[in-house]
Amino acid sequence: MMSDNQHPVHSYISRLQFSFMSPKMVKDLAKAKIVTPELYDKEGYPVDGGLMDIRLGVIDPGLRCKTDGQRIKDSLGHFGYIELARPVIHIMFVRLVLDLLRCTCCSCGRILIPQGQIKGFTDEIEKIGSTLGANEQRARISEIMADLRTISKCPHCEAKQKKITIEKPTTYLEDERRISPIETRTRLERIPDEDLALFGINPSAMRPEWAVLTVLPIPPVTMRPSITLESGERSEDDLTHKLGDIVRINQRLFENINAGAPEIIIEDLWDLLQYHVTTFFDNDVSQLPPARHRSGQPLKTISGRIKSKEGRIRHNLAGKRTNFSARTVISPDPGLDINEVGVPKVMAMKLTVPERVTEWNMAYLKDFIKNGSAEYPGANYIIRPDGKRKRITDETKEALLEEIEPGFLIERHLLDGDVALFNRQPSLHRMSMMCHKVRVLPGLTLRLNPAVCTPYNADFDGDEMNLHIPQTEEARAEAEILLQVQTQIVSPRYGLSIIGCNQDAITGNYILTKYLKLPRNKAIDLLSSVGIEDFSRLPNKDVLTGHEIFSMALPKDFNFKSKPRSDKPEHIEAAVEIKNGMLLKGILDKNNLGSGKGLLLRTIHKQYGADRTVTILGHIYKLGINSLLRYGFTMYLSDTDLEPEAKEAIENLLGDAKATVQDLISKYRDGTLEQLPGRSLEETLELRILEKLNETRNDAGNAVLNQGKDQSGLMVMVNSGARGSNIQVAQMGGIVGQQALRGGRIEKGYTERTLSCFKRGDLGGAARGFIGNSFKTGLKPHEMYFMAMTGRDSMMDTALRTPKSGYLYRRLANALQDLKVEYDETTRDAAGKIVQYSYGEDKLDVSRSEGGKINVKAIIDANV
Amino acid sequence: MSEAIFKEYTEKLPGKLLEEVRDNLPTKVTDAKLKKILAAVEEEYLNTVVDPGESVGLVCAESIGEPGTQMTLNTFHFAGVSEMNVTTGLPRLIEILDARKTIKSPMMEVYLKEPFSQGEGIKVIAEKVKETKFNEYIKEVTIDVVESTMSIQLDEDKMAVVEMKTDRLIKILAKSLKGFSLKKIDETTLEVKSTSKEEPLKDVYRVREKIKGIYINGVRGVTQVLPVKRGDEYLIITAGTNLKAILKMEEVDTTRTVSNNLYEIGEVLGIEAVREQIIREVIKVLEAQGIGIDIRHILLVADTMTMSGHVQGISRYGIVKTKPSVLARASFETPLRHIFNASIIGEEDQLNSVIENVMLNQPVPLGTGLPGLITKVKK
Repeated sequence: MMSDNQHPVHSYISRLQFSFMSPKMVKDLAKAKIVTPELYDKEGYPVDGGLMDIRLGVIDPGLRCKTDGQRIKDSLGHFGYIELARPVIHIMFVRLVLDLLRCTCCSCGRILIPQGQIKGFTDEIEKIGSTLGANEQRARISEIMADLRTISKCPHCEAKQKKITIEKPTTYLEDERRISPIETRTRLERIPDEDLALFGINPSAMRPEWAVLTVLPIPPVTMRPSITLESGERSEDDLTHKLGDIVRINQRLFENINAGAPEIIIEDLWDLLQYHVTTFFDNDVSQLPPARHRSGQPLKTISGRIKSKEGRIRHNLAGKRTNFSARTVISPDPGLDINEVGVPKVMAMKLTVPERVTEWNMAYLKDFIKNGSAEYPGANYIIRPDGKRKRITDETKEALLEEIEPGFLIERHLLDGDVALFNRQPSLHRMSMMCHKVRVLPGLTLRLNPAVCTPYNADFDGDEMNLHIPQTEEARAEAEILLQVQTQIVSPRYGLSIIGCNQDAITGNYILTKYLKLPRNKAIDLLSSVGIEDFSRLPNKDVLTGHEIFSMALPKDFNFKSKPRSDKPEHIEAAVEIKNGMLLKGILDKNNLGSGKGLLLRTIHKQYGADRTVTILGHIYKLGINSLLRYGFTMYLSDTDLEPEAKEAIENLLGDAKATVQDLISKYRDGTLEQLPGRSLEETLELRILEKLNETRNDAGNAVLNQGKDQSGLMVMVNSGARGSNIQVAQMGGIVGQQALRGGRIEKGYTERTLSCFKRGDLGGAARGFIGNSFKTGLKPHEMYFMAMTGRDSMMDTALRTPKSGYLYRRLANALQDLKVEYDETTRDAAGKIVQYSYGEDKLDVSRSEGGKINVKAIIDANV
Repeated sequence: MSEAIFKEYTEKLPGKLLEEVRDNLPTKVTDAKLKKILAAVEEEYLNTVVDPGESVGLVCAESIGEPGTQMTLNTFHFAGVSEMNVTTGLPRLIEILDARKTIKSPMMEVYLKEPFSQGEGIKVIAEKVKETKFNEYIKEVTIDVVESTMSIQLDEDKMAVVEMKTDRLIKILAKSLKGFSLKKIDETTLEVKSTSKEEPLKDVYRVREKIKGIYINGVRGVTQVLPVKRGDEYLIITAGTNLKAILKMEEVDTTRTVSNNLYEIGEVLGIEAVREQIIREVIKVLEAQGIGIDIRHILLVADTMTMSGHVQGISRYGIVKTKPSVLARASFETPLRHIFNASIIGEEDQLNSVIENVMLNQPVPLGTGLPGLITKVKK
């Protein structure tokens, strides 16, 4: 016998069929007839024939189920039933019953289609059903039914048909006269099986009269367990409450009928029974007041349990929960490999890996048991071949050591090198859950290499992440082969690497390859601190350039040439050229090393494979950080200082902008402003002003950027692409610029002005949200106010966007999740319908391509 | 000779890839070298081809869904001086994938035939395209209270642009003005008089507003026109669409003119055109946002949406509704309805897709869950 998680699977469920429970089935299935609303007797023992009858299963420890003799947890529970004193309509089939009443004869029960035509219609519907599917079939049926409604004479028995309406929720009227459920049921009974196909009803799955309930199945007790409060009081489940109401009213109805009570009283009770049965199924029927607790909170009945995000289907069936998982705050550790995760020791002692005892590893595994569960590395449980689980404690340790023999499972503590799945929510793409190798570390946070922040979209401002330990060999194999970080370097979204250098790693490599020259001993020190130990390729010189040092991280036969971004001299200088593993020229910045960019990493990946790339990337990453460590790197407030010339230039620009704007406004007032095509005069003015002000911001920005401060920490970060943008530098040192709201300048506020400190009708820059100060000089009150406006606007935007895009994603995933590439290379859906004859027209797998393509040029170059 | 070598590979490699090889080949290449190159390309190609069982659908959903959070929500966006306001970003993407029947900013790009595409008479064509109400021909309206008549001064300039004659105007107006008489006083003045005896003045007042809204000419539905120069040709961008009517105009280049309304395209040009337009529109949105998504993902969405022959949105009324599995449908939205409908027809769930197998704790028929191993297990 195998242990609990190692069962070989012999059989699967291959199909499910849905149908409706017939009254006979309800009775056959039931193990008890419920006749009393009482739940427990004086001793607190479940009453026979009550709703908690122990024939329906048990929820008390100590009791045994009368039907199967099992205790709590072993007994799945059994259905019971109650006989309804009078039939009631099933709320979910109100619409169907209405259609049936309307479209069948009130006296003979035949469908209101002449005998000769029935076959034609049946064939048509069957054909639609088999070719186009149930949806089209349903649509056609409702079309046919719409036509039948108006027929006033039965084509079979010539009986006159009256108009049938519904008084919501559950009352049918025939020309103002109420059709009682009893009569409804008899009418439905009369409809012959042959006619049912025309209504889309499969008589073997459901007879229409079953929609009028005569018996009601009582769900097992285990489905509605009561909870015992601290006070020792029992609190019953919502369903039990509702069923209690039904049974109570049903009994009263029985008594009144037997006693021959007046019709009005019976009718009232009958309606009440209908209400209770209706709300038992669905407590959100729009025309009915929902049944409530005494506290006023609505009861959660059957439909409420099934639907919505918290319902059975989405919460419990489509969403699974797991053991052997952990969650805590994350923090960075560039000392780890990219495919490692640092696990706190406390976690490693709770999370375990099951290992099977064999003759050969017995001694190894016994060591864990000897350590016990409180000492690392120990073990927490042993599992005997019969599935019995035993905790390892100081008391049991010795006995267990004796007991152990091949076939046992030991749940030992997590060790370095174990595989784990690491995940950060929201899990938006497959790189959100990757396999890492465990490194048990001191401390209380989960540690990861900052290079994998991009795929997880993580930062360290308090983010938490989850860790899962696979428990079977299959799971471990799948995780290691398919989910490990190195297999996920190339994003299937666009075929470029998503893992790359970031932050300091980029700055460091930029400085290394742009400015640094190191004496040989320091260079070797730097390289060995990174983990590079082969210095045979290092040129035999006393002083080494950054290029030469960086080259040591590259494979020795690597060739690469990047295209300059533009014809600008600095871009041509920055273009990288690597020949035989030596960096000949160029500067390593974000465009080469960053994630989602540049082909350097992608080319290494292509040539040397995933594992090698991870090593190389790890070296480059550490090289960057360690360069900074030696070189020293910081950003000063004075980095944003302006040289006198720049200051003057910006002042001139601002003055010029003001003058131009005033000029435009006066032209507009004179009517001499030239109108732009397709624009009104006002729009033209706005556009022209906006154009001028943006130009001013850009020019001022350039004045700040072109001060020759390229060696300042700030500019190094910006130029390398590690952090910050040109605009942000300009905003810190130069001017913040125009604040845009809804694509234009700010107009909201008071009558004809934005703030009360401006004149009415002032269309000038400052009055409409132009900020002429920098973040360093500080903003004037009105400028701060405008900034707050745009700030709030963009915050609202983000807050509204997240749920919208989340819903779009959910729908996309739901609609497309079944599509797969078949063995015949077609893309098909779950029904086997062909969506594409060849995936993406050329069958290329994006995650194996280079930016969605095959690099033909490289192949030709290599072969010529 | 080299053609023969290429021919050998036409079955083995996609045409586009072969074209690329041809384009990048050095001018002088020996047959042996070419063979070597093509063999290497084929090897590379076979290494890059998707594996059977790859869950391309989910990868596609992730690729489009994940960058959704980075898109802007700003409905209206100003792209320079000469473009119009357009729905962009996430709202537009949702609109396309939903296959909405009414979209927020319907637009057409009307390409023109030579010589109009070179700018000849572009303003006149633009005026002709625009739906014009009588309002725009009016300079002034005066009502004579004594005579109970309304006289309308026409805008000569406007009439000259589209070559509208007063007589024709009267003809068009008369059709929709029952109970009134129209009289031409001179070339630029019309007189409107009620034919009813009772309270003719009241009628005139009532008709004053109505007459302004009468459709005169142009393409119905086109509310705004903007001639623009793109590359070295002129085209007309319109707000409001009516593809069918536009394509009937003789100046229009019918091969390139498009609308951004998918349903309209489906009606006028057919489902293949819809597929193409979905791809173009999605690419347009993503490019504007600077988001890189491989074209294959977009192709897959477009193909899924159009595979049935009519447009199906990615919603509970579209693709999800047509899924064969009851549980798959129920797991998305409105679970009860699906379950009850299934019970009426005795529907069977063959458990062929992903979600229902997840529900039943069984392997999903994708990726590593696809292959099965059948073996006898000793009891």
